[in-house]
Amino acid sequence: MDFDWSVIGGALPYLWKGMQYTLELTAIAALGGLFFGTLLALARLSPIKPLSMFAAGYVNLMRSIPLVLVIFWFFFLVPVILQVAMGYERPPQVGAERTAIITFIMFEAAYFCEIMRAGIQSIPRGQIHAAQALGLNYSQTMRLVVLPQAFRNMIPVLLTQTIILFQDTSLVYVISATDFVGAAAKIAQRDGRLIEMYVFVAIVYFIICFTLSLAVRQLQRKIAVIR
Amino acid sequence: MGISLDWSVFLQELPEGGVFYWEMLLSGLWWTLGVAACSWIIAMLFGSVIGTLRTTDSRVLVFLGNAWVELFRNIPLLVQMFLWYFVVPELVPPLKAWVVAAEPSHAQFLSATLCLGLFTSARIAEQVRAGIQSLPRGQRHAAQAIGLTTAQMYRFVLLPMAFRIIIPPLTSETMNLIKNTSIALTIGLAELTFRTREMGEYTFRFFEAFTAATLVYIAIAMTANRVMALIERRTAVPGYIAGGK
Amino acid sequence: MLERIPNIDANRSTTDTGFILKRFVRTTLAAVVAVLALPVYSQSLTGTLAKIRDTGTITIGHREASIPFSYLDDKQQAVGYAMDICARVVDAIKAELKLPNLKVVLQPVTSANRIPLLQNGSIDLECGSTTNSVERQKQVAFGPTYFVINVTAAVKASSPIRTLADLNGRTISTTAGTTSVPLLKRYERTSGIDVKEIYGKDHSESFLLLADDRVSAFVMDDVLLAGQIANARNPADFRIIPESLRTEPYSVMLRREDAPFKALVDRTIGGLMKSGEIEKLYAKWFLSPIPPRKVNLNFPVSPALREAFKNPNDQGVQ
Repeated sequence: MDFDWSVIGGALPYLWKGMQYTLELTAIAALGGLFFGTLLALARLSPIKPLSMFAAGYVNLMRSIPLVLVIFWFFFLVPVILQVAMGYERPPQVGAERTAIITFIMFEAAYFCEIMRAGIQSIPRGQIHAAQALGLNYSQTMRLVVLPQAFRNMIPVLLTQTIILFQDTSLVYVISATDFVGAAAKIAQRDGRLIEMYVFVAIVYFIICFTLSLAVRQLQRKIAVIR
Repeated sequence: MGISLDWSVFLQELPEGGVFYWEMLLSGLWWTLGVAACSWIIAMLFGSVIGTLRTTDSRVLVFLGNAWVELFRNIPLLVQMFLWYFVVPELVPPLKAWVVAAEPSHAQFLSATLCLGLFTSARIAEQVRAGIQSLPRGQRHAAQAIGLTTAQMYRFVLLPMAFRIIIPPLTSETMNLIKNTSIALTIGLAELTFRTREMGEYTFRFFEAFTAATLVYIAIAMTANRVMALIERRTAVPGYIAGGK
Repeated sequence: MLERIPNIDANRSTTDTGFILKRFVRTTLAAVVAVLALPVYSQSLTGTLAKIRDTGTITIGHREASIPFSYLDDKQQAVGYAMDICARVVDAIKAELKLPNLKVVLQPVTSANRIPLLQNGSIDLECGSTTNSVERQKQVAFGPTYFVINVTAAVKASSPIRTLADLNGRTISTTAGTTSVPLLKRYERTSGIDVKEIYGKDHSESFLLLADDRVSAFVMDDVLLAGQIANARNPADFRIIPESLRTEPYSVMLRREDAPFKALVDRTIGGLMKSGEIEKLYAKWFLSPIPPRKVNLNFPVSPALREAFKNPNDQGVQ
């Protein structure tokens, strides 16, 4: 067995580019997912039946099919769907990188929605009644009373979900996008150095995710003290 | 290029002949279910043991249990899949010899099952630990007071209660496991998603193929959900927890 | 129970799905699209050239491991014989549309996804190692043949396998989505041999399975095998079986029923052949050291390719 760890040194700039894309995708998907997830959660909890049913259906659909399948769905069909939806003459150009962003926003929205819903429901009903008694309308109640507290309850869970998202973005490998794993796989295959590359990738992910999850636990403890 | 659908595509034969597309998807489904079932057993076995170890008084065992969980939880499943399929056999010569001689699908099945089983075991261990720790301290003390050994205490008092409590999170871990089997396509295992994509490539009927796979996955998720709900109802301790919802 | 799914769908899901899909799209995707600010195309123009003119962009699909046609060099840039040919096509488009600042976007594709991506508009022109077959011509169009290959197998130099028939009972690798897959299955049926396949995602992965002794042979186009071997750590460890399952023409791939674009591609690549300039490109990639390992493939022009250069054509293999 001969190992040649020097392949990693030479590939570092390319691997870093891949990691940048991974981080970018994670950040955009987390923020976008949070935004749409909040909307979905509000829709799910709203008294308007069709709206809450649509949101529930969407969330359950996304949560019952594998992420890999979702990625394929979006990758092959987003251009066609956009064309039909927008009435374009021809399918718009959406590359692997942009498809991945759309996919992860839409997918994460479902998961963030469930976290938000749990967070919103953790606020005692009495507070909502109190807000209504003060004459606040629905949007004021949500914006001023419920959401600020709900967000705080949810922060550790949201951050944990973001760490999972960070790991899940590696699945863009299946559509040949060049994220951290994609970059490593391309070099590994070109140079015939699978062992060194994949072990290196595993170590990097482990260090990042383990550190972050320790930090989240620390934060959780802090928040727990305040409450 | 608009969306014109042709659902009869499932009743067409593959170019090689003799096999219909619905049969191709079905063969993928068997692999999906096979990997899911075998890795579920591994996950439950290891998960229960590791989760239990993490609640014992032994610092060493707790550390080992924690290390296990952190190791499998902080590396992306895709990377773990690559490690099991591409890296581990290279480091273990007898395994390599077996992999080379074996049917390729068997080697892929073994890698995928081990990978998913151990990955999920870390998540189940976390639930088991939380379940045991959520039990009132008094139960542990009572068990000790009536003279049970540590093993008996876990076997007869703590674990039966803990497992009932964690049925809902175990349900969602089971569903995650079934969904995660699709990642095995990256090492070439011809499971449902692999076959679906292959069918799309052969027929250019991606919409139909993906719709079928989506419906199948939904059906699996719903079935798994029902089965776990049934188990939950059957095993409920009267007056202790009200269905867990 | 599962067999029934297609039937149920055939009876009622078509319209349901369409309706739900539309609603789903209108309500949620619209917002995402707005965020990503995709360009809105004008309504009156059709065809790839019009699209390129409207967007000022052409997206080229390239391969990552089709050495020496289209692959990533040591700086991870897409290079190769097909990439050079496509660069000429891009120059011709710039001249034709008077778009000197035409933006070229490169999109990596695999054997498996290149056709759907071309069809759904994600790429405009595929520059790689794609076999022009009559079967594929039902889905896409091709430019003039710029290479001719033989499908065969690479094995380890020490292997007892001498002929394709020796593959009987062996496990082999091949790349998903290539013409080698159905070809191999047909060969198995007609010659009565039994082969077990592992599908690599790209040629480099299929080759690595051979290099690591996971499989006994890698069945693929001879020139791609030569490219992988040249790039290997120890090229002397491998040899190519001097036999052919089939001879196939390679070409650039574009969308069907797009006469203006097809004419431009034919004119440009045919022109390279007529002027003899193609010989220079050929020599650069097949008869000289190439990146990343500075190995010379020494792959002289075959008689079949010589003929294709003399009479540029887009005939596909049956």
